[in-house]
Amino acid sequence: MQLMDNLIMKRDEIIKPVGNPFLNEERVKISCRNVNVYYEENHAIKNVSVDIAEKEVTAFIGPSGCGKSTFLRCINRMNDTIRTCRIEGEIRLDGENIYDKNVDPVLLRARIGMVFQKPNPFPKSIYQNVAYGPRIHGLARNKAELDEIVITSLEKAGLFKEVKDNLDHPGTSLSGGQQQRLCIARAISVQPELILMDEPCSALDPIATAKIEELMDELRQNYTIIIVTHSMQQAARVSQRTAFFHLGNLIEVGDTNEIFVNPEHKLTQDYITGRYG
Amino acid sequence: MKYSILIFTVIILSAVGFYAGRSRSSKTVNGEIRKLHSLPGYYGFYVALWCGLPALIVLGIWLAFQSSVVTSIVVSGLPPEIQSLSDEEMSLVINDIVNLAHGIVVGRPDNVLLAAAEHYNRLLGTGFLALVAVVMSICIAGLGFSMRYINPAMRARIKVEQTVQVLMILCSTVAIFTTIGIMLSVLFESVRFFNQIPITDFLFGVHWSPQIAIREDQVGASGSFGVIPLLTGTLMISAIAMLVAVPIGLMSAIYMSEYAAEGFRTVVKPLLEVLAGIPTVVYGFFAALIVAPFLRDLGSKIGLDVSSESALAAGLVMGIMIIPFVSSLSDDVINAVPQSLRDASLGIGATQSETIVHVVLPAALPGIVGSILLAVSRAIGETMIVVMAAGLTARLTANPLEAVTTFTVQIVTLLIGDQEFDSPKTLAAFALGLVLFIITLCLNIIALYAVRRYREEYE
Ligand SMILES: Nc1ncnc2c1ncn2[C@@H]1O[C@H](COP(=O)(O)OP(=O)(O)O)[C@@H](O)[C@H]1O
Ligand SMILES: [Mg+2]
Repeated sequence: MQLMDNLIMKRDEIIKPVGNPFLNEERVKISCRNVNVYYEENHAIKNVSVDIAEKEVTAFIGPSGCGKSTFLRCINRMNDTIRTCRIEGEIRLDGENIYDKNVDPVLLRARIGMVFQKPNPFPKSIYQNVAYGPRIHGLARNKAELDEIVITSLEKAGLFKEVKDNLDHPGTSLSGGQQQRLCIARAISVQPELILMDEPCSALDPIATAKIEELMDELRQNYTIIIVTHSMQQAARVSQRTAFFHLGNLIEVGDTNEIFVNPEHKLTQDYITGRYG
Repeated sequence: MKYSILIFTVIILSAVGFYAGRSRSSKTVNGEIRKLHSLPGYYGFYVALWCGLPALIVLGIWLAFQSSVVTSIVVSGLPPEIQSLSDEEMSLVINDIVNLAHGIVVGRPDNVLLAAAEHYNRLLGTGFLALVAVVMSICIAGLGFSMRYINPAMRARIKVEQTVQVLMILCSTVAIFTTIGIMLSVLFESVRFFNQIPITDFLFGVHWSPQIAIREDQVGASGSFGVIPLLTGTLMISAIAMLVAVPIGLMSAIYMSEYAAEGFRTVVKPLLEVLAGIPTVVYGFFAALIVAPFLRDLGSKIGLDVSSESALAAGLVMGIMIIPFVSSLSDDVINAVPQSLRDASLGIGATQSETIVHVVLPAALPGIVGSILLAVSRAIGETMIVVMAAGLTARLTANPLEAVTTFTVQIVTLLIGDQEFDSPKTLAAFALGLVLFIITLCLNIIALYAVRRYREEYE
């Protein structure tokens, strides 16, 4: 019985993270303060406070079910579409609280691109897939401008060369890796400031993964990127900062180099060295 | 009665066979079931099948041929002057004999027929005894034979499963053969019709008045069988019905699958489906007694001439009837659109309505089209509502406020009352049925094709 109580205590415990979650004000793109997320009774994110740096890749790592995706979806308010989900706390994008009553989540999501775990192109042509966002936001005044946007987005996503003769082919006919790059092109077509990626490579083979990682390295010149990954190597390769989550808690956060070379928290050490679970 | 007792006995023997086979199989291995190839129950079924199936098959065949065999024996025993009668008179005589044999006596039957009836009954009696003997011996032979074959290595499960599979195949072919049979009979009768009325007159004629003279000098003696007014009537009513059903059905499907809370959906969807369960005759008198008079009164108030039976009334009510066909199926296909597509669209800042219009509906479109086409073929084939609310007059008109008539209504009216079976008037029903069948068949094929393409894309 005592043991049970201990375990339950542990699950509900709110842990203060080691490392430094906060950054110099000039570098901050997003600042999260005391964020709590509940799915009905399930306390999925426990009082997380962390800053995300501008024009850097930040990786969220942690065992599955620890709340990485949940936290990621708080940042573009995708959790609003889940009925059972309740969010407390403050998330500021460029100083503006995105959970403020005046903020329209639809407009917010136009500023924040999202790439999902499974490639999810629309069952439309490659062109239409990329043109979708600019169209609904009225970014192009005419066909020529739209073409321009589609082509530059595909180029930035490193896909244009492969598909330039087949823009009218269905997006779903591409290979998995190409589909995921198409989804990235779709995400950047509306010129977001921020790109959220939820395990973007988990359904891809190593070669396609390498291409996406390369792409992320280029994109970080212009975009702030947050990537959720379960691959330690990937986090080490692509990110500049890493945050480690466990059971809804932010356990440790810091420069990627330091976390991987010198993890401070016992849980982080175990996870990174593969001793976890 | 006697026959059902016989069937019942066979079934009981099979049941006995089941228990015998089961216990026998476990005895052969002294209760160590694991040494058997199959579970003991399968050995039981094996014996039961051997016992019951051949016997029931023989019984069925026997009953199928019994009456014709017995009749021909009776006929060959009749005096030569009766045997030399023509076929039609002969069938009357046979009818009399069978009636007499069943104890239905009309007037004062003559002795020859009485003797024949007695002969008939005697034959049936001996026939039954023979049947009992044959069936019982097959039953017991099957039982004994299969019991002797029981041994631990016998693959009873496989044999039983194969037999059951064959039975299932037979059952499924029943439906196929029935459809083929109906199609062929409609086709042959239609060909007979087209021998009397040229097919071009039928397909392209604009007058429908299927009166055929019974006497030479009758007024309006020549019928005309132009199907165009029926076609326009059918299409107009179906179009009105779809104008009601598609928007309402689609909107409610979108609401149910995209906006409504789960609780609302679980309550409302079955309720909507109840609409499809209301008997069409109820819709029919609702249309005829409430909607049609209402429309006529409304029309007279605003100075429109609405006839008391109108395409509009029938179409409106039919539309309500087929709402659930559209809404329920569309709701299913909309729900089957993967959530990841909605997430993708919402993720680049589309509103929920933009997501529905630009992503969800196009993705679900083939399925929605399929559901609409199924609803259309339902509307075209619907009879009761139109009989009651749309009228019987074939009129070539584009005005929905007038009375029109449809294929189905005309088939009903052609076949009501006394008919000569080979007059064009009766045969016209088959030709109409054929046209109707071809139209709905085409619609269904297109619908199934659309739905299948949709499945391929998403599964
Ligand atoms: N849509 C949802 N509804 C209810 N609970 C959810 C939902 N999504 C995630 N959860 C719960 O929230 C917790 C964190 O899940 P998630 O954020 O998906 O973890 P991760 O992405 O790190 O694997 C889990 O306990 C999970 O069961
Ligand atoms: Mg996840």
